[in-house]
Amino acid sequence: MTTATQSVSPPQSLAHGWHRPRLIEPTWARWAVAFGIVAYLTLAFASVDVNWARVSDGLARAGRLFEGFLTPNFTARWSDIQQGMIESLTMTVTATVAGVALAIPFGLGAARNLAPWWLYGICRAVIAVSRALHEIIVAIFFVAMFGFGPFAGFLTLSLSTIGFLSKLLADDIEEIDPAQVEAIRATGAGFCQVIDFAVASQVIPRLVGLTAYKVDINFRESSVIGIVGAGGIGATLNTALDRYEFESAAAILLIIITIVMACEYASGAIRKRFA
Amino acid sequence: MLRIEKLHKYYKTGDAALRGVSLTVCSGEIIGLIGPSGAGKSTLIRCVNRLVEPTSGRIFLGDTEVTSLAGSALRHARRRIAMIFQEYALIERLTVMENVLSGRLGYTGFWSSWFRRFPQTDIRRAFALLQRVDLTEHVDKRADALSGGQRQRVGIARALAQEPELLLIDEPTASLDPKTSRQVMRLLTELCREGHLAAIVNIHDVALAQMFLPRIVGLRAGEIVYDGPADGLSPEVLTTIYGEEDWTQGTAKDEEEDDFDALGAHQPSDLEVAAQYP
Repeated sequence: MTTATQSVSPPQSLAHGWHRPRLIEPTWARWAVAFGIVAYLTLAFASVDVNWARVSDGLARAGRLFEGFLTPNFTARWSDIQQGMIESLTMTVTATVAGVALAIPFGLGAARNLAPWWLYGICRAVIAVSRALHEIIVAIFFVAMFGFGPFAGFLTLSLSTIGFLSKLLADDIEEIDPAQVEAIRATGAGFCQVIDFAVASQVIPRLVGLTAYKVDINFRESSVIGIVGAGGIGATLNTALDRYEFESAAAILLIIITIVMACEYASGAIRKRFA
Repeated sequence: MLRIEKLHKYYKTGDAALRGVSLTVCSGEIIGLIGPSGAGKSTLIRCVNRLVEPTSGRIFLGDTEVTSLAGSALRHARRRIAMIFQEYALIERLTVMENVLSGRLGYTGFWSSWFRRFPQTDIRRAFALLQRVDLTEHVDKRADALSGGQRQRVGIARALAQEPELLLIDEPTASLDPKTSRQVMRLLTELCREGHLAAIVNIHDVALAQMFLPRIVGLRAGEIVYDGPADGLSPEVLTTIYGEEDWTQGTAKDEEEDDFDALGAHQPSDLEVAAQYP
């Protein structure tokens, strides 16, 4: 201990008390911002036009929907449901596999600590484009290009898998421990061996977890993009709702929920194995 | 064996890490590289295997000019130079055996290493090395399940698996407790003697360096300010290397305490390890 620490006088702030540094320091500005937010919200809510007659109609329909849920009918449209389900699952699996296969090279190219700047730029641009548009919009494009059916859905989901996985994979690679990379480079290993030993070993648990998660997302998306014509169970669900066959619709929704839950448990188990 | 000529390294930020370092290491010779943090010790050894690109100067490994190599020629030169790291730099999620075999990557084709099909001779040698560093029963454990001292020994086995001519050793004991530090230093010097290897050891602990390393090189602000026998480290010499300090006051007791302070946070106790890997 030096004498300096003992002779320090109490800091000046002790005499004045203390408050947390504020986000916006001038008091008038703080009040102005608060007032502005309240005023905007009041006007915004006032502008939402609620038609109570339609709400009561809707509630009546909701009642029928829930009744349908209590009496789901799996048999009436079973062959349609079965075909839609097979299409959806096929779409999900093939699109995830194709998407992951393409996402890995793009992810490697989009990691700043591995790729030269020009490759980094290209890969990040591809990722940004494939993430820019929502799946439904992409599906509408692909349906317009390649016609109705699961092929359009497959392309949509593959593209969204590339965007999702390669971005998160690249971000993960950028955060790996550089010492392990250095150690493998120092042995005289080639670039691919460095990727295998030093990079893959560090990012694989997360890649596996993200892939399992994306299977789950892709299955749910496959039931949505069916509504715009890209095949799968969504198309079947849309038809059932259009015909007011709520019992069949309920059956479809219950199957979707069951499959999503099964995916959830499976992905948890897989992640534990790869931790 | 290793000849460094007028090596300069300036980082992009404009910091000069090395200013005209020249150094010769004979075959089988072990030297200790000491100096304050930021003196350029790490940069110097990383220039030798070109993990860091020197700005100017030349480095010869035997007859090969390492500084002029690129691509596969550089990788072939790197096989002859093994490196041991302070924080071990093991591949945490791979097994001890895979870590040791990774020392053979420079000799192995990509697909063989991808499927972990290393030549039988490599595997036999890896087993022998693991026996030498006393880790035989941990072959299939993951590297992150070992204690600090065990991890450093895996690092040493990986380096020796390369069958190198030169070892670059970066702060081998900085994360270890005093007893393990001495054991690791003893093991390293024995192994160098057995294999007739040359070695450059970056080390912070002057007492430990004097105990195990016959020749000491002192680096200060990127320049060599001392090159001589370990017992020539007088208080005056230490002042030129590290700056003003009362060097005579370092009693044995103080050193012990310093060592215990340095007992790394990176060394999980057995209990913690057991909790993480039930």
